[in-house]
Parts: sequence; structure tokens; C-alpha cells
Amino acid sequence: MRRVLSLYRSSVGKKILMAVTGVIFVLFVLAHMYGNLKAFYGSEKFNHYAEFLREMGAPIFGHGQLLWVFRIVLLAAVGIHVLMAIQLWLLSRSARPVSYVKGLQSEESTYASRTIRWGGVIIFVFVVYHLLHFTIGTAHPSFVPGAAYENLVIGFQSWPVVLAYAVALGALCLHLYHGVWSALQTLGANHVRYNKYRRPLAVIVAAAVFVGFMTVPAAVVAGIIA
Amino acid sequence: MDLGLNVWRQAGPAAQGGFVRYEAKDISEHASFLEMLDIVNERLTEAGEEPIVFEHDCREGICGCCGLVINGVPHGPQHGAATCQLHMRHYKHGDEIWIEPWRAKAFPVMKDLMVDRNSFDRIMQVGGYISVRTGSVPDANAVLVQKEDADLAMDAASCIGCGACVAACPNASAMLFVSAKVSHLGLLPQGQPERRDRVLNMVAQMDEEGFGNCTNHGECEAVCPKQISTDFIAQLNRDLFGASLAATGR
Amino acid sequence: MELDPKVPSGPVQDKWSKHRFDLKLVNPANKRKYDVIVVGSGLAGASAAASLAELGYDVKCFAYQDSARRAHSIAAQGGINAAKNYQNDGDSVWRLFYDTVKGGDYRSREANVYRLAELSNNIMDQCVAQGIPFAREYGGLLANRSFGGAQVSRTFYARGQTGQQLLLGAYQALVKEVATGKVQMIHRTEMLDVVIVDGQARGIVVRDMTTGKITTHTAHAVVLATGGYSNAFFLSTNAKGCNTTAIWRAHRRGALFANPCFTQIHPTCIPPSGDYQSKLTLMSESLRNDGRIWVPQKQGETRKAGDIPESERDYYLERLYPSFGNLTPRDIASRRAKEVVDDDRGVGELKNGVFLDFRDSLQRLGRSVIEERYGNLFEMYERITGENPYEVPMRIYPAPHYTMGGLWVDYNLMSTVPGLFVIGEANFSDHGANRLGASALMQGLADGYFVIPYTIGDYLARIGPTKTDPEHPAFGDVRREVEERTKKLLSANGKRTVDSFHKELGNIVWEACGMARNHQGLEQAIERIPELREQFWKDVKVPGRGDDLNQSLEKAGRLADFMELAELMCRDALYREESCGGHFREEYVTPEGEAKRDDERFAHVAAWEFTAVGSSPTLHKEPLTFENVPLSQRSYK
Ligand SMILES: Cc1cc2nc3c(=O)[nH]c(=O)nc-3n(C[C@H](O)[C@H](O)[C@H](O)COP(=O)(O)OP(=O)(O)OC[C@H]3O[C@@H](n4cnc5c(N)ncnc54)[C@H](O)[C@@H]3O)c2cc1C
Ligand code: HEM
Ligand code: HEM
Ligand code: SF4
Ligand code: F3S
Ligand code: FES
Repeated sequence: MRRVLSLYRSSVGKKILMAVTGVIFVLFVLAHMYGNLKAFYGSEKFNHYAEFLREMGAPIFGHGQLLWVFRIVLLAAVGIHVLMAIQLWLLSRSARPVSYVKGLQSEESTYASRTIRWGGVIIFVFVVYHLLHFTIGTAHPSFVPGAAYENLVIGFQSWPVVLAYAVALGALCLHLYHGVWSALQTLGANHVRYNKYRRPLAVIVAAAVFVGFMTVPAAVVAGIIA
Repeated sequence: MDLGLNVWRQAGPAAQGGFVRYEAKDISEHASFLEMLDIVNERLTEAGEEPIVFEHDCREGICGCCGLVINGVPHGPQHGAATCQLHMRHYKHGDEIWIEPWRAKAFPVMKDLMVDRNSFDRIMQVGGYISVRTGSVPDANAVLVQKEDADLAMDAASCIGCGACVAACPNASAMLFVSAKVSHLGLLPQGQPERRDRVLNMVAQMDEEGFGNCTNHGECEAVCPKQISTDFIAQLNRDLFGASLAATGR
Repeated sequence: MELDPKVPSGPVQDKWSKHRFDLKLVNPANKRKYDVIVVGSGLAGASAAASLAELGYDVKCFAYQDSARRAHSIAAQGGINAAKNYQNDGDSVWRLFYDTVKGGDYRSREANVYRLAELSNNIMDQCVAQGIPFAREYGGLLANRSFGGAQVSRTFYARGQTGQQLLLGAYQALVKEVATGKVQMIHRTEMLDVVIVDGQARGIVVRDMTTGKITTHTAHAVVLATGGYSNAFFLSTNAKGCNTTAIWRAHRRGALFANPCFTQIHPTCIPPSGDYQSKLTLMSESLRNDGRIWVPQKQGETRKAGDIPESERDYYLERLYPSFGNLTPRDIASRRAKEVVDDDRGVGELKNGVFLDFRDSLQRLGRSVIEERYGNLFEMYERITGENPYEVPMRIYPAPHYTMGGLWVDYNLMSTVPGLFVIGEANFSDHGANRLGASALMQGLADGYFVIPYTIGDYLARIGPTKTDPEHPAFGDVRREVEERTKKLLSANGKRTVDSFHKELGNIVWEACGMARNHQGLEQAIERIPELREQFWKDVKVPGRGDDLNQSLEKAGRLADFMELAELMCRDALYREESCGGHFREEYVTPEGEAKRDDERFAHVAAWEFTAVGSSPTLHKEPLTFENVPLSQRSYK
């Protein structure tokens, strides 16, 4: 704890915490994406998978227990990630009280790097909505607990919903395009020999997440999943 | 060539600043950017006006005194060079040029284009050195240093402390400067004993001075007159991670 | 006044250790009772301030830049000498000593030079321990190069930025002491006068360049480390801010000024490109190791370098000095360049340079090797001239670079004013009439790290710890004088800018007291300078206020002192009726046109005592004896 605190005390440490939680997100999102793709195997398999999520860890863990462990880890990660993001954001804003009248020419920075904070906000809003949509169900017209597959199919019947997801995934995609690369830099994972692979890795993850996630709503719209 | 200069004039730290436009007529392409400003200043002085205040000394890109944001780019369009090494052949007749000072909370403007960069010195004071007393040292060749390490350390050590990295950073972060300093000493065997405290204390002081946080934009490297690599920032992050987990320092 | 160099007795190689034993010591518990002012934070100043603070003295260090790290030492490129003999090529303390005395054309003090050579090794140890990233061999050992005028490889270097790295080392030692509170670093503050109480230097008067506030500071001793005065020429390789104010003001208060005419013209600088030229850039002399210097044989040559056949090129240094070739010492290389340019064989648009050609070494060693050795210098050159030296030869021409002259100091580095010490380039150093490459960094650090810490202790022990009374009338008087001078400059309110005067002065000094000097030219200059000085005080225009950041005022104050120094330089050059080292009098040459010394009449230091502005100064002589390096005519044939 003392060690985490000494990280929390410095701006660089805060940034490292962001990177660590960021990496947790990445792993979760990739796993989640993989799970979603089961939708193509039809209702039974998918709901079975949703069921599995709750049964996993048995017999050591009871029904839904291990899932809750994951949820708590995720919640904590989001808490840290967002808190750090806000603190660092404020720090950087106060670091240049008088901004350039002519504005800075950007030479190296990317659209993704410059929008990462707003991208984060979009993602945050999305996740909240998304939970209400598929997990809690309040944001879902005909939500049936446990019937993940049906919820999903019905959920994506409406255009606006699909659009909202597309936007969110776009934001996430950009977030990761800079984020994954940035996290490696922040965690000091750099080496003259491997540095050239850092950017491609970020591109692959970002693209995979966008495509991987979008296929499901797309398929629903296209009627492949019904 | 003739140029239009829009120069930031500010009477003092507290004063309200603004752009003033000057004509710089028949400037030679061989003149340096600062020599161009000299000419403008000579004419201002003859006209009884106060010349434009800008910092400079060596005029060969090594002392780190000079530094202007020219058309939104610290040290101007030429990569790997300080403002004083910029020559007018990079401009053409009729160009409109905007000149601003470094802008950061930790670099308050003193007058016109001159800023106070002592925050850098204060960062150095908390650990940017190796604690040896005069005389209490072994023979120069007693400690061998791998050529690769020496060269890399030299890359970092070539920083001239101009502050362009801060000026260019969208977050006004001083990470490139600090990482260069930390890496220079951290890469050498002589720097190992104080390595952990050095990084912890220098980063702490950096925060205290009110610099922003690095989000890895990479603008700093692009404008750095010595082209210090952002790899050193990763190096610093790694060192700080390690040092924090060891939980030493102040 | 009797000049006593206080050189210890005994054989030269034992003098320093004997002397160190004889020096009084300050009891460790008492050291904190002593305040020392160090003016300057270059190699000499920073190393001195740091070392004195480590010993326990309370140190105030002043610099006109915003940070100690920006002192002009930062610009040194080539390297630093040390008699380590790591290359096993027959180097030794004795050889470095010998080379330096000979290179200085027998106008330096043997005892000082030997000490310098001796300390060179401690300096390297110190700098490496500070973490200075010197160039290394693949085995991890320190690398060496041979440097202008030396036949052994004793020069240590850090890329082309040796001065920067050495200064950062000293700066780091300094900030370490600032952190402990033993050193108070006072930036952006210019020393405008020294205060003498009962015959002892007891403080200084400074101007805060940000607020314009003029204040006084007291101390038990004052150390001047304010660098050289090459900017008397206006165009030089020195930083724009380099000035003579500190030492000149001290001179006016009684410190003798030694050999002011001993200035060094560096052979490898980039020629001016127009009248707006504000300073000249040096190309490290190490370039001469692999570059060949030549000019066209034909006068008024119009062809491009590449189109001039080998047979029509004149590699004049190789022709005149077969054994040293392009590595002949600076003074000779410079003079020969002037000759060929005056002979209308100069190159470049303005016909004001000679070629430094890498064609052959590029063929011999390949681009990668040359890049490794000189990469950043080549870039620097291209940036400034727009020409690519990998394709077309560099154009170079000599430029004022270093001043061997300076305030006279004894073996303890104390001037003729008790308590006023002078170190680094500011003193009339150990380089005699000509400085060898890579020796100034060595001297600055020797003075600061290893000499002053001992010798100042001896002085302090003698005067005792009683504090100086800041209320003593002397302080008020000097402060008022300074304020008067500042007002005078601001109120002149004439028509001409400071720089226009400085350029005019520079021209006069360059023509009369530059690379080649003669009786007539010097006499004219000695008439012209006072006239210009008067005009300056009447007609200078200094806009702005005194109680504000005012760069014109700073420049004006410095120029005012250069105006007086310039006259002394010319008087000294006129007095010294011989040619030696950097001082070349056209009347005194050997049949081959080499500098001709006159050891009967001039084997002495000419130390001048200030009388009054405009009236001729009083000469004092310190005879020089050479017991270990027999006097001989320098020959680099
Ligand atoms: C371009 C160049 C290249 C060189 N290359 C080499 C080389 O390769 N090898 C070598 O041995 N030598 C070299 N030299 C010479 C060497 O760099 C200098 O002689 C040496 O660095 C002088 O150091 P210093 O500490 O005496 O003075 P400086 O480094 O000049 O320091 C002067 C200090 O005094 C302060 N100061 C000056 N006036 C005042 C004032 N009135 N009030 C308050 N503070 C004041 C300044 O702020 C500064 O801190 C080179 C010189 C130049 C110009
Ligand atoms: C929950 C809402 C989120 C917010 C508010 C948010 C915000 C941010 C911000 C502002 C940054 C930049 C931090 C900096 O560089 O200073 C950042 C970085 C990052 N984010 Fe997020 N983010 C969120 C969600 C996510 C998600 C879901 C992922 C992964 C799928 C993620 C992965 C990352 C990564 C890897 C970084 C890089 C960390 C670094 O630069 O070292 N973030 N986030
Ligand atoms: C089109 C894309 C997506 C689809 C179809 C989808 C689908 C689902 C479904 C069906 C659930 C409910 C699982 C269950 O309760 O059994 C769920 C939960 C969840 N999803 Fe998504 N999701 C998508 C994108 C995302 C994205 C991009 C994120 C994060 C940035 C995300 C984060 C979550 C979270 C945190 C949960 C809650 C997990 C839990 O604790 O139960 N989802 N998702
Ligand atoms: S890192 Fe580069 S830009 Fe930043 S201070 Fe050093 S030299 Fe200047
Ligand atoms: S531009 Fe700024 S964000 Fe980091 S990489 Fe450089 S400091
Ligand atoms: S003036 Fe020294 S770096 Fe530009």
C-alpha cells in the first residue's frame, strides 16, 4: 500500500497507475469481445456462456462469486483510472495558464493522443449506458434477466442503439490507438530493438476491438443473428 | 528580403502583453534569426523606442539561453537547432512571422520574449548530480564504462536546458528535460548509488514547480535542438516505477 | 610597487607540494565564519565555489546569465588536456609542462605552468567521477585525440561538446552545494565594481539585471572568475555577454593588468557573411587533424573549389611546415591565413576565408568515420553557411577567441589587491603569449578545484574571521559611483546605438591590435580610441530606464569599459617591441617571416597600473626566468 501511495504521490506514478489499469481494461475488453463473438453460435451457446460466466470458479466459488471478483477488480480499475485521469488533466491544464495566442503547431502528436481525454469521457458514459442496457436492463425495452442472447438481439433491433455503440467503439478504438502505445511508454517497456513494434501492436489491438465488437450489432442488423 | 514581424511585447511579469507588428526590411538570407532581430532593435533604438527583449548569449546553440516560439513552433522550423542557429534562408520575401515567448506556469514571462527558467535549476538541486567531493575520487580509468553506455549517456547529457520541450508540450510537461538529466547519470556506473533517490526527488520537484503531465505526445522531441529521444522518458518512467516500489526517497 | 610572484623555492616539480605544506590552514570549525564572493560560474567560478563550499566556507556566487550552467565555458568544443599518458605515447607531466611553456613562447611563469601540468591528472579523475560522459574506447577505457600543437594524444573529449560537459559537471557540483545552503547562487546579476576597505578587497557592488537594483555585498575575500575580454574586438567567438567589466573595474581600483595585448586569434572560425554579423562561430580545431588547409595559387581565383586542379592548389601550411603541417600552433596558422587572404587568394563570396578540405580524409577513412568524429561540427557548419562540407570544402578564417592577458596574479592567484583573487581566463594565465589547444579548460578547473581552495585558506587564516562592516563608508561611496555611471549612460540620450559604437571600436582594435600589429597602426589607434570614447559618452543612445530590465544599458556599461581596456591593449602592444606567440609585430620577424622574440628586453610580464582615464598607465615588470625549459626560438618547420 505504501508503495502504491508513493506512486500516487508523483505525477509520473499516477500515470503509471493509469497505464496499469488501462492494461486491465484492455485484457477485459479483449476477453469480452471474444465472448460476444459466441453470439454467432446461436442463443443456446451464448446464454450458456453467459451462464458460465456466473458459474466459473466452481466448486471453490459459488454462483456468480468469481464474476463479482472480476467486477470488483474492474470497478476499482475504473475508479483509479478515472480519478487519475481527472487529476492529471487538471494538473496539465494549470501548467499553462496563458496559452499561445497563435497556438502550437503539432508536429508529432496524433489526433488520438490529443483526444484521449474526451475519448475517455465518451467511453465512460457509454459503459454506464451499456450496463443499464445489458446487465441491469433498465435502459432496455424488453429486458429478460439471464436471456443475454435475446436481450442482445432485441437490443440491436433499433438503429439509434447500434449507432451509439458504433460511436462509443470509435472512441474506444482511438483511445486504444494512443493508449496501448502510450501505456508501453509509461510502463517503461521500451527497447531499441522492439520499439518499432509498439505502434503496430496498438493499431492491431485498436482495430481488432472495433471490428470484433461491431460484427455482433452489424450481424443483428443484417439479420444474420436473429 | 522584407518581412512582417508580430512580436509579443510585455512590459513586465505582471503587465498585460500583446502583439506589436514591425516591418523588417531588406534582411539578408545569410543573417541569423537573432541578427534579424538585432537589426530591428537597432532601428527601434534609433527611433527612440525600447528594443525587443529576448534572451541570448553564445549564439551557437549550446548555452540554451535563446528560445522563441516562431509561428507556433519553439526554436522555429529547423529541426535539431536552437533559435540562434536558425538562418533567414528558411524564410522568403513577404513572410509574416509571429514570435511568442515560452509559455508555462513554471516559466513566467519576465519581459517581452524573456522567461524565467530557474525552475530547471531547482529540479537539478534536488538530485541532478553525483555526490563526489573535490579530490575524493579514484583514477579516471579505474572505472570502465561500456562505449554504448557512455554514448547513450552523452546523448542525454547533450541537453542544453533551453526549455523548448516544455514550450512545445501540449501539457507543458518537463519530462524530456528531467528524463534526460536522470538518464545521463543513471546510465553510468558512477550514478548508481543515488539512482533511486535521484529520480524520486527530481520528479517530486518537477511536480512542485507546476509542470504538466506527460501524455506521450512526442512534441518535445520534435523541437528539441539536441533531438533528445523520448526513449529517455520511458527510461525515467521505468526508474520511477522501480524506485517507488522500493519506496525510498523523500 | 614591488611585484612579488611569491614563487616557492626548490626544484620546479616540488614547488607545489612544498607550498601546500607551507600554506596556513583555517581550522575546520572556523571555516563557516568566513564569507567568500565568487564572481562567475564558468569552469573556474563554479568549480571554485563548489570546492570552497565543500570545505565549509560560506560562498556567494554571481553570474550574469539566468543559470550557472550557461557560462561561456559551455561553448568549448575540442577537449581538455591531461598528462595521463594513457596512450603510452611518451606523455608525462614534464612534457605537458614543457609543451605549454614552449607553446606560450616563453612568456609564462614556469612554476605556474608546472603546477598546471601536475594538476591536469587530478582534474580528469574529478571529472570522470562526476559522471561526465567522456568518449570511450570499445574496451571501456577513456579515449584520447591529439590536438593543435601537440605531438602526443593527451586530449580527452566528449563529442564536440567537451566544455559543455565539463561545465555541467562543475554546475552539478555547484547545485549540490546550493542545495546544502553553503552556496548562495545569485543569477542575472552583474558585478559593476569591487569595494576595497583598508587596502583589502572586502566586497562588490552589483546590479540586479531584472529589477535594476544596485546593491553591495561584503566578504572576507573576492574571487573573480569572469572570463576573457575578446569581445573588445566586437566580433569574436565569445558569447555576446562576455565582458571585461569585472576585471577592468578591479584594475581601476589598483589590480595590475598583465600582458593585455596577448590575445589569441583562433584559426578555424567561420568567416563573416555581412555587416550584420553579430558574433563568429568557432569550428573546433580538432578539424585540423583530418582537414587540409589550402587556397588557390592564382590571385582573384573565380573557379569553384572542385574545379581547381590539385596542381593549382596551395596547401600552404604543409608547404611551409612539413613536420607539423595543418597542426601548426594557432598563432602561426592564423597569421598565414591572413597573409594569403591579404594576398587576394581568399575564398568565398567575400574572399575572406581559406579552405579546410576533407576530400582526402573522406576518401581515406570513409564518411562514417568522419561523421563519428565531426558529425555535429559539420551540421553546425552547414546550418550557418548553407554549404555541405561533405561535398564542398569548409571556409574558415581566424577570429579573436581567447585572451592570455588578464589581471596579474601571484603564485597564489591573488592580484596586487590583497584579498582579490583572479582565476580562469580572467587572470593573465599560465599560457604566456599563446595558449595551446585544450589548455584553457584545464587551467580554469585547476584554478577552481585545486589551487584556490588551498591558497585562499592561507589568506583568510592571516586576516582572521572578523566580519566586514557593511556600513563602512567605502561601500556607500562605490555604490554611488556606480549609480552615477548608470545615470550618465541613460542621460546621454544621443543619436547612436551602443552596438554601432562597439562595432567601430572593434574595427579599430582588430585592424591595429589583431593578428598583425605595427608601430604606426597602434599609435593611430591610441589616438582614435579616446576620441571614440568621448563621442560615445556624448552621443550614445540608451533607451529605457535604469530600474528595469534594460539590455541596452547592460551593453552600454560593458562597452564603456571595453573603450578603456582597448586603449591599454594597444599601449601594451606598442610597448612590446618583439613578436611572440599571439603578439605579432610586423617590425620584428625572422628572415623566414616568423615571430622574432627579444629575450634580452622582453622576457618579462608587462603589468600595467591604472593612473587615470586617458593618461598613460604605469608599467611594472615581472622578470621571467627559464631554468627548466631552455629558451629557444620556436620552430615548427
Ligand atoms: C568557442 C570557444 C571554444 C573553446 N574551446 C576550447 C577548448 O576546446 N579547449 C579549451 O581548453 N578551451 C577552449 N576555449 C576556451 C575556454 O572555453 C575558456 O577559456 C574558459 O571556458 C573560460 O572559463 P572561465 O570560467 O574562466 O570563464 P567563463 O566560462 O567565460 O565564465 C565567465 C563567468 O563570469 C560571469 N561574469 C562575467 N562577467 C561578469 C560580471 N561583470 N558580473 C557577474 N558575472 C560575470 C559569467 O556569467 C560567467 O558565469 C574555448 C573558448 C571558446 C569561446
Ligand atoms: C472508463 C472511462 C475511461 C476514461 C475516463 C479514460 C481516460 C483516460 C485518459 C484521460 C487517459 C490519458 C492518461 C494520460 O495519458 O495522462 C487514458 C489513458 C489510457 N486509457 Fe483510458 N479511459 C477510460 C477507459 C479506458 C478503457 C475502457 C481502456 C481500455 C480498454 C482504457 C485504456 C487506456 C490506456 C491503455 C491508456 C494509456 C495509459 C498511458 O498513457 O500510459 N481506458 N484513459
Ligand atoms: C457491441 C459491443 C458489445 C456488446 C454486444 C456487449 C454485450 C454485453 C452483454 C450481452 C453483456 C451482459 C453480459 C452478462 O450480463 O452476462 C455485457 C456486459 C458488459 N460489457 Fe459489454 N458489450 C459490448 C461492448 C462493450 C464495451 C466496448 C465495453 C467496455 C469498454 C463493455 C463493457 C461491459 C461491461 C463492463 C459489462 C458488465 C460485465 C459484468 O460485470 O457482468 N462492453 N456486454
Ligand atoms: S531536452 Fe531538449 S528541448 Fe528540453 S531543455 Fe533539453 S535541450 Fe532543450
Ligand atoms: S510533448 Fe509532452 S506529453 Fe510527453 S512526450 Fe513530450 S512531454
Ligand atoms: S544563444 Fe546560446 S543556445 Fe542560442
